Amino acid sequence: MSVSSVFPQLEQLLPRVSKPIQYVGGELGAVVKDWDDTVVRWALMYPDAYEVGLPNQGVQILYEVLNEQPDVLAERSYAIWPDLEALMKEHGVPQFTVDAHRPVKAFDVFGISFATELGYTNLLSALDLAQIPLNSADRTVEHPIVLAGGHASFNPEPIADFIDAAVLGDGEEAVLEITGIIRDWKAEGCPGGRDELLLRLARTESIYVPRFYDVDYLDDGRIQRVVPNRPDVPFRVAKRTTMDLDAWPYPKKPLVPLAETVHERYAVEIFRGCTRGCRFCQAGMITRPVRERSITTVGQMVREGLEFSGFNEVGLLSLSSADHSEIGDMCSGLAQQYADENVSLSLPSTRVDAFNIDLAQELSRNGRRTGLTFAPEGGSERIRKVINKMVTEEDLIRTVVTAYGNGWRQVKLYFMCGLPTETDEDVLEIAHMAHEVIRAGREAAGTKDIRCTVSIGGFVPKPHTPFQWAPMERPEVIDARLKMLKNEINSDRSLGRAIGFRYHDGEPSLIEGLLSRGDRRIGQVIRRVWEKGGRFDGWSEHFSYSRWVEACDEVLPQFGVDLDWFTVREREEQEVLPWDHLDSGLDKDWLWQDWQDSVGEFEQDDCRWTPCFDCGVCPSMDTEIQIGPTGKKLLPLTPVNNLRVPA
Amino acid sequence: MQRIRLRYAKRGPLRFTSHRDFARAFERALRRARVPIAFSQGFTPHPKISYASAAPTGVGSEAEYLEIGLQAVTDPDQLRLALDAALSPGLDILDAVVAGEGSLADRIDASYWRIELPDVEPALASKAVTAFLDSPEVLVERMTKQGRRSFDARGAVVRCTAVGEADLPSGAMGVPCAIIDLVVRQVQPAVRPDDVLSGLRVVAGLEPPVPPRVTRLAQGTLTAQGEIVDPLDTDRGDVGIGGR
Ligand code: B12
Ligand code: SF4
Repeated sequence: MSVSSVFPQLEQLLPRVSKPIQYVGGELGAVVKDWDDTVVRWALMYPDAYEVGLPNQGVQILYEVLNEQPDVLAERSYAIWPDLEALMKEHGVPQFTVDAHRPVKAFDVFGISFATELGYTNLLSALDLAQIPLNSADRTVEHPIVLAGGHASFNPEPIADFIDAAVLGDGEEAVLEITGIIRDWKAEGCPGGRDELLLRLARTESIYVPRFYDVDYLDDGRIQRVVPNRPDVPFRVAKRTTMDLDAWPYPKKPLVPLAETVHERYAVEIFRGCTRGCRFCQAGMITRPVRERSITTVGQMVREGLEFSGFNEVGLLSLSSADHSEIGDMCSGLAQQYADENVSLSLPSTRVDAFNIDLAQELSRNGRRTGLTFAPEGGSERIRKVINKMVTEEDLIRTVVTAYGNGWRQVKLYFMCGLPTETDEDVLEIAHMAHEVIRAGREAAGTKDIRCTVSIGGFVPKPHTPFQWAPMERPEVIDARLKMLKNEINSDRSLGRAIGFRYHDGEPSLIEGLLSRGDRRIGQVIRRVWEKGGRFDGWSEHFSYSRWVEACDEVLPQFGVDLDWFTVREREEQEVLPWDHLDSGLDKDWLWQDWQDSVGEFEQDDCRWTPCFDCGVCPSMDTEIQIGPTGKKLLPLTPVNNLRVPA
Repeated sequence: MQRIRLRYAKRGPLRFTSHRDFARAFERALRRARVPIAFSQGFTPHPKISYASAAPTGVGSEAEYLEIGLQAVTDPDQLRLALDAALSPGLDILDAVVAGEGSLADRIDASYWRIELPDVEPALASKAVTAFLDSPEVLVERMTKQGRRSFDARGAVVRCTAVGEADLPSGAMGVPCAIIDLVVRQVQPAVRPDDVLSGLRVVAGLEPPVPPRVTRLAQGTLTAQGEIVDPLDTDRGDVGIGGR
């Protein structure tokens, strides 16, 4: 049965909404296949606006990996802004894919990529628009499997009612395996219906199907246990790890949007994982071990990616790009290759050391030295020991001053507020640091014309990190500290004028904290918020704190818990955490020890350069550190000058 | 520096690309196609591209124009093929000629638009058009950068005819669809197809139940007979005389 496009109906609505181009597709790199020529069909969604979602690497990679299979079709969908959502509901137009404008409901799998928990309300909007029942329990064999992926799926309990399954970790192999399972099940005539399919997925031991697990609670509201409710599913579900990134050089054909998006560049991950061990960083903890992509593969991906897309910007992504074993050669090699082509290179790296400036110099040699970013994260040396971000005050100032001395005029410094054990003094130190940076910077630059921006956000404790037990600070305390910091920065008129101050309020962070460490009882809160109109919670102009507080007040008392219980409460060692049955490979005892070390201000080394410290990941996931150097170099490219005319 | 003028189309769903969206896509297409584009001098060099007045977002077009400067002499036909392949289908490069004397802008003083009005009886549209043409002046309002302003939508209209749907393959499947062909002179403030539609509402209460579909079919020099001459024709003439 073929599925027709909803574009003719949608087209009538587009002239009435803002930025209609985001809904029409037509990007370079987009794939449109014949529905009937394929067997397994995926709709992949990034649950935020197109302008944020399109550049997402995860979705682009899976889209390409899936579409390379001849009998598989993958299309994309993004969150719909309220203006079009209202019109679509009025006219009965369902959630659609932008590639061929097919209704999401017609696909076999509806896969959603959660980089952040703030996309949960948008999941409900999408399901609702798609005419898919919000609750997994109400779906039939007619509906797609609603599958969550991305970092937030390491604790999908808050959305357990709404999803059918979740994949933890890397998706490249997982989507192919899931495709295979669906292909076989369909070929057999869909035996056992939806339940059988979900069971087959669960039996892989690395796909989590919430409905096969029961959660029991203690009288005080804590979880007693999470156990399978049938004999043939595993007690714990393991994360996926894609080994050998050279074998997975995606995206090869990046999507090139017509609409304006947050990033218009060819992005290539130069490695995955990070063992620097920053204790607040969930991404670092759940993506271990480090797996590098080799300098030659990166070089080839950049060349082909630019040629395909016409982008003039390259982003070398990873969690700490300066740590690649061949980053120096990679940067100088690429800078040399593209010296004459107006191509700019960028590293999102925020490591605070002189080496980073060398790299930045290399990358900016064809262009202007506009801005550099560093992330000390904590204001005082003490708090930096707590979070395991090892950099001394001295080093930090020396690094930043070197930047000014080398012609940079603008430096951004990132911090967090509300970290475990933090005091007012820890935060006020940020002001002193910024003052010192400007004072010494002016001297080094020989001009008063330098700037530094302090950017600070609320800390959110995340599952699978040593801070998973930590209490959050209340928004009032965060906001008061931020105010104090601002005053302190401006206490020196001359220095204060050169310092910009950007901050996030405490309230959104508290809700992010609720969603990050929530359990299944939070599902009803999310639903209430959504029913009250909550959408696009990652956008300050759409986020409403009071809506969340109200929903918590309505839903949580029946369970004997409340918003505070989930956020500002410290957990004890023995408490069963909602995600304990989800295996990131990290040994819970090791995490607890790291939490104790944190409070004791003990630092933890990096296992790339010191012996393995037994975090548990490699043995339990059967993985290993994969790093260079390979000793290879990027060779100069022979310039091609002739017009590229199709044959 | 060689200058080449291009005519391009914005078709189907991609008529929703704004002018800025097109400009970004076009710059990427220049790189994809390895066009030896010339750059402006200065600290942040910009590729040499200049656009003639662009159709509004959501309006399709068969006749948008731009001019580029090249560092190396390039065959316009090859350039057309290369750029067309480098852009998404729906943004199509239709024509390329080496620029002759004079500027593109000087050769464009009118546009020919087609307005499709699904679910509108052609007879009704026809009546409205007659009423519009019979009025010496039709005041309409529009939001401009200076705020809401009122201006005459009638004066700039050179020709306006309601076409029967039978004349066109509208694909409307039994649903009536009125079609209006419109030639409008370039004036200040610009009179656009939606202003003329506002005018039809003012004079005859014509209210399309669904959004109209508008396409620019041509723009260029308006002849005394009310025809529009492709601005690239003059360039082709120049080249013809000089030989290639
Ligand atoms: C580029 C980037 C951005 C960009 C672009 C975002 C985008 N649309 O992609 C911008 C600047 C917009 C951005 C914004 C934010 N970001 Co950001 N970002 C990154 C960065 C540097 C790279 C992301 C990336 O491309 N990774 C590579 C891809 C391939 O990985 P992936 O998406 O996880 O996908 C893989 C798997 O997860 C899985 N998978 C993913 N989706 C799915 C779906 C299914 C169905 C399946 C089966 C599998 C699957 O398969 C993929 C391939 O293996 C990362 C750091 C990093 N290196 O990861 C931070 C990072 C992801 N961002 C982060 C954060 C916190 C944010 C913000 C919330 C910041 C803020 N406070 O505003 C916002 C949220 C934006 C939003 N609303 O979505 C955090 C996430 C925290 C966490 N969970 O640990 C990270 C990890 C940085 C960090 N160390 O803190 N970000
Ligand atoms: S198991 Fe050892 S080597 Fe592997 S990531 Fe953990 S500490 Fe590093």
